Amino acid sequence: MATVDIHAHTEVHHDDDHHDEHHAGNFWTSYIFCQDHKIIAKQFLITGIFWAMIGGIMSVLFRLQLGFPEASLEWLRPVLGGWLTAEGKIDSEFYLALVTMHGTIMVFFVLTAGLSGTFSNFLIPLQVGARDMASGFMNMLSYWFFFLSSCVMFTSIFLSTGPAAGGWTIYPPLSALPQAIQGSGLGMTLWLVSMALFIVSSLLGSVNYVSTVINMRTVGMSFTKMPLTIWAFTFTAIIGILAFPVLFGAALLLIFDRSFGTSFFLSDIYIGGEALPNQGGSPVLFQHLFWFLGHPEVYIVLLPALGITSEIIATNSRKPIFGYKAMVGSMLFIAILSFVVWAHHMFVTGMNPFLGSIFTLLTLIIAVPSAVKIFNYVTTLYKGNIRFTPGMLFSIGLVSFFLTGGITGIFLGNSAVDIQLHDTYFVVAHFHLVMGSASFFGMLAGVYHWFPKMFGRMMDDRLGGIHFWLTFIGVYMVFFPMHYIGIAGFPRRYYSWTNFETFQGFADLNMLVSIAAIITFAAQFIFLFNFIYSIFRGKKAPANPWNSTTLEWTTPRVPQHGNWPGEIPSVYRWPYDYSKPGAKEDFIPQHIPYSETPESNLPYENEQIKLEMKNGGAIVIEDKKHH
Amino acid sequence: MSWIIGLGVVLVLAILFMIFRIGNLVGLVKNKKDDIESGNAIHGYLFMIFLIGSLVLFFWYSIAHFKLYELPVASEHGVLTDDLFWITMWITIFAFVLISIVMFWFTFKYSYKEGKRGEFFPDSHKLELIWTIVPAIVLALLIFRGLNVWGDITGPAKPDAEVIELIAQQFAWTARYPGVKDQQLGHHNYKLIDASNEFGLDLTDKNSFDDFKSLELHIPKGKEVLLKIRAKDVLHSVYLPHFRVKMDAVPGMETSFKFVATKSTEDMRMETGNPNFNYEMACAEICGKGHFSMRFLVVVDEPEAYEKWKASQESWLKQNPDYLKLVPAALKEVAIIKSGIATENAGAGSVQTVSIH
Repeated sequence: MATVDIHAHTEVHHDDDHHDEHHAGNFWTSYIFCQDHKIIAKQFLITGIFWAMIGGIMSVLFRLQLGFPEASLEWLRPVLGGWLTAEGKIDSEFYLALVTMHGTIMVFFVLTAGLSGTFSNFLIPLQVGARDMASGFMNMLSYWFFFLSSCVMFTSIFLSTGPAAGGWTIYPPLSALPQAIQGSGLGMTLWLVSMALFIVSSLLGSVNYVSTVINMRTVGMSFTKMPLTIWAFTFTAIIGILAFPVLFGAALLLIFDRSFGTSFFLSDIYIGGEALPNQGGSPVLFQHLFWFLGHPEVYIVLLPALGITSEIIATNSRKPIFGYKAMVGSMLFIAILSFVVWAHHMFVTGMNPFLGSIFTLLTLIIAVPSAVKIFNYVTTLYKGNIRFTPGMLFSIGLVSFFLTGGITGIFLGNSAVDIQLHDTYFVVAHFHLVMGSASFFGMLAGVYHWFPKMFGRMMDDRLGGIHFWLTFIGVYMVFFPMHYIGIAGFPRRYYSWTNFETFQGFADLNMLVSIAAIITFAAQFIFLFNFIYSIFRGKKAPANPWNSTTLEWTTPRVPQHGNWPGEIPSVYRWPYDYSKPGAKEDFIPQHIPYSETPESNLPYENEQIKLEMKNGGAIVIEDKKHH
Repeated sequence: MSWIIGLGVVLVLAILFMIFRIGNLVGLVKNKKDDIESGNAIHGYLFMIFLIGSLVLFFWYSIAHFKLYELPVASEHGVLTDDLFWITMWITIFAFVLISIVMFWFTFKYSYKEGKRGEFFPDSHKLELIWTIVPAIVLALLIFRGLNVWGDITGPAKPDAEVIELIAQQFAWTARYPGVKDQQLGHHNYKLIDASNEFGLDLTDKNSFDDFKSLELHIPKGKEVLLKIRAKDVLHSVYLPHFRVKMDAVPGMETSFKFVATKSTEDMRMETGNPNFNYEMACAEICGKGHFSMRFLVVVDEPEAYEKWKASQESWLKQNPDYLKLVPAALKEVAIIKSGIATENAGAGSVQTVSIH
């Protein structure tokens, strides 16, 4: 009961606080400190979109430098001020700050919070058949910690010494010594504070997701009847719970090294004309700790996207997802393996080469379940009746990126080949396709697909199509050429290559990449317009616009608090009964009992009818609890 | 001027918005229900155009501009890793092209048709087994080959390997050679570093007396070189693109990389047809503002030329005779001789050299 009291208190308090900040009036005041999972999901989504625009603008800025090194950016002086050199070019340190913040923002704020936060929150209760999350209060806290973390990170961008600039991986000693780079001053402090808050947010969310899925499934929703989205979100949350605390630890030790004179990661350093007293620490230790989170983080970003596309591809192919069990199995396998491959980021850090062998082996094993997933997606399309909704288009785009970016992982995971490719543009191409763009497409697919349930209206199809094609081709034009640049040996995080004879070429490709990046970024405004316009003026959506089988589509057009006005539907069948032979429609929702579909039941499903009778009794009892 | 452009942009956006609105209204009037199929077909065709266009572009660029992105290789292990790279390339391109064609073909072939139904095809153990086992076997072969090469590359260096130390700092490299007299690098300690003693050379160790500094990395052709790598301030990474060498420089932890250069700078000038060709070393680990400018010239000499170059270099101690005062009294004579300071006052020096050996 105590929690309820506290909650009531904070709600009143903050309502007053935010009154003058948000002029929109009542709408904001009544929706800000909401504990409803659907509102929290929208909060995550809108914050995520905001961050995606910031991260995108940053990438356009540094692409301007890389594509047009001679151009004067004087016209940006009103925005960038002192970060432009006298010749009107981006300062080389600010370039690093941009790269660092772009990475941090995209990985954590957009693809972790924006993707997982939005869709885990929105879909878990709706798809497992629950009224809300296990703890609405924790869920609300999760968003507000994220909001706080965002505020801190956003503030750091405007410091006179700039935000953190040592790369999103913040390797010490660079990130520990303000004398090594300006961004390692206050900017880095704020980065660490922001990330600590972010981890708190992520853990609060993850614990909630897992407990909701385990405890709050509706009658009949056994684990084997859960949609793949829910499987994906659950694995993601478990990975997050296990991995993020390690980053928290690493960040804490780094804070100690920076501020309290400890030597966890520092040793034998001579900088700025003096020898520092720190001895005995190891920068490589930090890398181990960082990548112990950092690699699972890749799957924290990717798995929800894969879950979302599994659902969308099955729905719009009008076919069951191919190999449901193999899909779950491969996700489980990926989730486990994601914890034992981290050191493939560290083959040339001076780590023991024997470790390199072990991690090569484990890394290449992870390609097998990933390949299985691709084959299953492709086979799901086979003999389907495919409707290219914008969600479906982006899902197909995801599979294509996952394939293109995934196979280059086979090069990088092999330690001997990685020696040359490590920290070149080949790596940049690889992870932007397989993790960045694929997850980003998963997020967009999810927005297009579940928009009708989120806002009760449809997004515009044609604009969605235009948005897809511009972005799909744009992303390939941005990242595919980088493979060539990488094979030619160009190192990443370079402000300019003119100092080297070896890296003289490819001015043309770099220009192409930059132009493509600008067009791709501009195309996102089509989405932004479509999104905002459709919230208010979009065509009213039917309750189940895609003829989908899962439970969220059994709610009213705009589900209110509690999701279902009456009792929560019970579940009788798996979520992929599309185009079942003999059925009246080409889909049978999960809540339709087998007893109502004798025409399409398979032999063993007729057996289930008897069980349904027994469960029927249970539903009534379950329902009474909620009233 | 700029506000005219701004106004133009606003106008264009407004027109686009109007078109969008009109399109919507027309759609409402026509009550488009039968539109699913035609709208759908467009995307199916676009996927086919995309597939063919992108594959043509991919193969054309990869073949026509091969010389642009193929970096000549100049080390023994580099040939092996390049082989593995290209083997992996052929296998993955095969898989990539095949899966892409099948996937986009399916999207085209099975796009929506009124009244049609998908086929209820939830699983096939045979298919799933095949596409689990086949990639597993192919990957196992790649791993096996990769680990063999990796084992060779990271194995211990030969005892007679040419040892050279590389020291990284913001934003420059220096090389330290063990000197021709003792062939041993002297000890170092980061607390001894100062403006002149940039190695932190420990002058109580007699091996340090003939060590010399170089602002170019000279290496012999055909002889194993063991790079010992350290950093003074933050992480850096030794990156020799033509030799397929990369190894981080870590403050507080010495790292190393061994390799054999197979082509001298002259050889490479002939091969590339570029009389000004030079090998270069770059930094591959983000290290601050000047990360992109850490160029270090690399010269591969024929073995004789290399020995000659080495012999012609002045020891660090000779260049900084002030530091003689840090040498313990008992070793002072040795220091004077080994560093080469003595050779100038001819006679006595040569006699003492003999007596020491």
